[in-house]
Amino acid sequence: MTETANMTSDRQAYLRAVLRQYAGIVLSLVALCVFFSLTNDRFLSVANLTNIFQQVAVIAITAFGMTWVILLGEIDLSVGSIIAVAGMVGAQIIGLGWGFGPALVLTLAAGAAMGLFNGVMTAKLLLPSFIVTVATMSIFRGLVSLPTGGAPAMNMDPTWIAIGANSFLGVPIIIWVVLVLFVVNHVALAHTTFGRKTYLTGGNREAALYSGINVDAMKIRIFMISGLMAAISGILLSSRLYSAQTNAGMSYELDAIAAAVLGGTSLSGGVGTMVGTLIGALIIGVLNNGMNMLSVPYFYQLIVKGLVILIAVYLDVRSKQRQG
Amino acid sequence: MAEADIVLHMTGVRKTFGPVVALSNMDLTVRAGRVHTILGENGAGKSTLMKILAGVQPPTAGEITLDGAPYYPATPQEAGARGLAIVFQELSLCNNLSVAANILATREPTRMGFISDRKVTAQARALVRDLGLPIDVTAQVGDLSIAQRQLVEIAKGLSHDAKVVIFDEPTSSLSDSEAEILFGIIGRLKAQGKAVIYISHRMEEIMRLSDDITVVRDGKYVDTVAREDTTIDALIAMMVGREMTEIYPPRIGEAPDPQAAPALRVTGLAQTGAFEGVSFEVRHGEILGFFGLIGSGRSEVMNALFGTGVARGTVEIDGAPVTIRSAAEAIEHGIGFVTENRKEQGLVLSHALRPNVSMAALPRFSSRGFVRSRAERREALSEVDRLGIRTNSIETVTGTLSGGNQQKVVLAKWLATRPRILILDEPTRGVDVGAKFEIYRIIRQLASEGTAILMVSSELPEVLGLSDRVLIMSEGRVTQTAPRDTLTPERVMTFATGHVQ
Repeated sequence: MTETANMTSDRQAYLRAVLRQYAGIVLSLVALCVFFSLTNDRFLSVANLTNIFQQVAVIAITAFGMTWVILLGEIDLSVGSIIAVAGMVGAQIIGLGWGFGPALVLTLAAGAAMGLFNGVMTAKLLLPSFIVTVATMSIFRGLVSLPTGGAPAMNMDPTWIAIGANSFLGVPIIIWVVLVLFVVNHVALAHTTFGRKTYLTGGNREAALYSGINVDAMKIRIFMISGLMAAISGILLSSRLYSAQTNAGMSYELDAIAAAVLGGTSLSGGVGTMVGTLIGALIIGVLNNGMNMLSVPYFYQLIVKGLVILIAVYLDVRSKQRQG
Repeated sequence: MAEADIVLHMTGVRKTFGPVVALSNMDLTVRAGRVHTILGENGAGKSTLMKILAGVQPPTAGEITLDGAPYYPATPQEAGARGLAIVFQELSLCNNLSVAANILATREPTRMGFISDRKVTAQARALVRDLGLPIDVTAQVGDLSIAQRQLVEIAKGLSHDAKVVIFDEPTSSLSDSEAEILFGIIGRLKAQGKAVIYISHRMEEIMRLSDDITVVRDGKYVDTVAREDTTIDALIAMMVGREMTEIYPPRIGEAPDPQAAPALRVTGLAQTGAFEGVSFEVRHGEILGFFGLIGSGRSEVMNALFGTGVARGTVEIDGAPVTIRSAAEAIEHGIGFVTENRKEQGLVLSHALRPNVSMAALPRFSSRGFVRSRAERREALSEVDRLGIRTNSIETVTGTLSGGNQQKVVLAKWLATRPRILILDEPTRGVDVGAKFEIYRIIRQLASEGTAILMVSSELPEVLGLSDRVLIMSEGRVTQTAPRDTLTPERVMTFATGHVQ
């Protein structure tokens, strides 16, 4: 009897903690939406909201991968370059005439392989992931241009392009992809032992080691997830652009990090959720979209985005200091 | 006593961290020219008190005056400017700099705006000479022994003029001769009319140095007494709130038959540069104490057994030889390891109690890769209940718990793996007396349920109070293994220091 009572109160405590965790960013998102809908009556139209989601897709998916990496206390700056490599690998394989299926599989494999390289360098050679991925950001960006000498690759398969152009049940396929990946990443992080081990390793590497967790294997797998997510983003981006551009995904790593951090992921590791990251990506998407509709010049947009990130992180740090 | 000589006065000072009360109803009156000792177990609230005085943390409530004026320093710099000097126990030195640079850090004498190394050395040398400390001020701090670093810490604390000097457990790493130098310095400070606050739990030196003694227990003020009016026994009783003899619970049931088959047998275990020829066995239901001074290789042996260190030699569990290369393999073989440092190797302090309890036993709380959260919650609740962990809920962040409760969470984490062999490395370090007693009770209970226990401790009373047999190590070798009742503290120390006749 008392045990059930305790369990309910513990569950309530857990729910309260969750509510408190997201209150700030959900309010920010709502406030932004209210502001933009007051200044522009087209903002809340179905067409525009669909548009926001489509624009958010690439950042959100990259940020899901980034969330795993940051939770582990690491960083992956190479994802923007992986996005470009993925598009180029797809285009080249399509160019060979192998068809959509093989192109999709090999592109995903290429993303995972680049993540594997980052992971092995970090875990086995004990190099800081910041340094490893600064280096691979450059290496992968260079690799993109090898097949075409720097020109974009235009040879795209119709199915490939359909991903970015078509809808399923009235909802664009890109949005389905984001939603499915959100659910998969969320469930994996919140409910599997792999997700639990990620939190534990990021929270205290040494304690995780003493608890029988293979920390090196965790690092390698998580960099592979990050590479895989970036490759999916690369497919979506090249599909929407009808081509593989060599400068695709440039500086997307920063938007992905910003989305994760806005969503409450702690850069020191061990704290964060996919729900938070999705909301963080939406905030960035709404900001971009709303400011575009208001015709705010691009350089002002950059300044506002930077300030929003600073404020959000400051509020997050302050609320944590109060609790601790 | 006259009111005029009161330098520092505290009334009703309270400090809370969220729901946790670290200090309450603290009263303190410190007078010029007297040594005032604050006495209490680890976790009693002494360090919180110091942090308030040092300007590291503000009090939640209460009044503090210094020389009659309100005293609420916002920063350590302000505390220093108001006339407070603190000699820290935890070393706050920069190992990459010289002794002189450390002593005069942030107050370096300059020449035309640049730091003058010559002046720094000269000033530091004069200070060290005045204090009578045997240190070379040009040496790198990183090259000094821990005791020498503590002396540097003393010089640093006394390098600016102060009305109140606080010593936070200054002798814990000093040898007798170095401690004598310190006592001389304290005597001179007293003669100069300074107020000295002395924090320690070493009874002999407290009775020798103190004029007034204030006892704190469980974050509460207990009493202030004059040294002449008290005895060591009376102080201990005030400090722990119970008689010392009640601390070690008796064994439950009979000790295991010495002829019984061992749960763990280790033969010729060796690690280059750390230990060699380590052989022992431990039976189900037996507590084998491991005693040795720091550097004797005890913790390295435990790490080797647990697969987190490399070693040669044979290990048999229930008669079958095993090779353990990682913590995961050790856990599979039924070994649990309550590590020495709960903050670094034990807990994820930023996470709630529940995931900390389940972290070493995830296979038990999962199926097909998914965490079974109901089973996990049930286990956490039952461990909280069984170990008497004081927490609001199993979702409470472990970093906010007291040291004793954190240590119990580490125990809970390993009990959740249902170990057949449990290694405990310094199981009661940094926990208050109440929690200590409860941890001893749990260890006894586990042994009576058939767990084979290896207990490493550098507290001799604890080893002798709990073990069935004691293994003593010195400089990487086992110097003695004997039943508890054949050993006296003197005999154990003889083997531990390697002075075997």
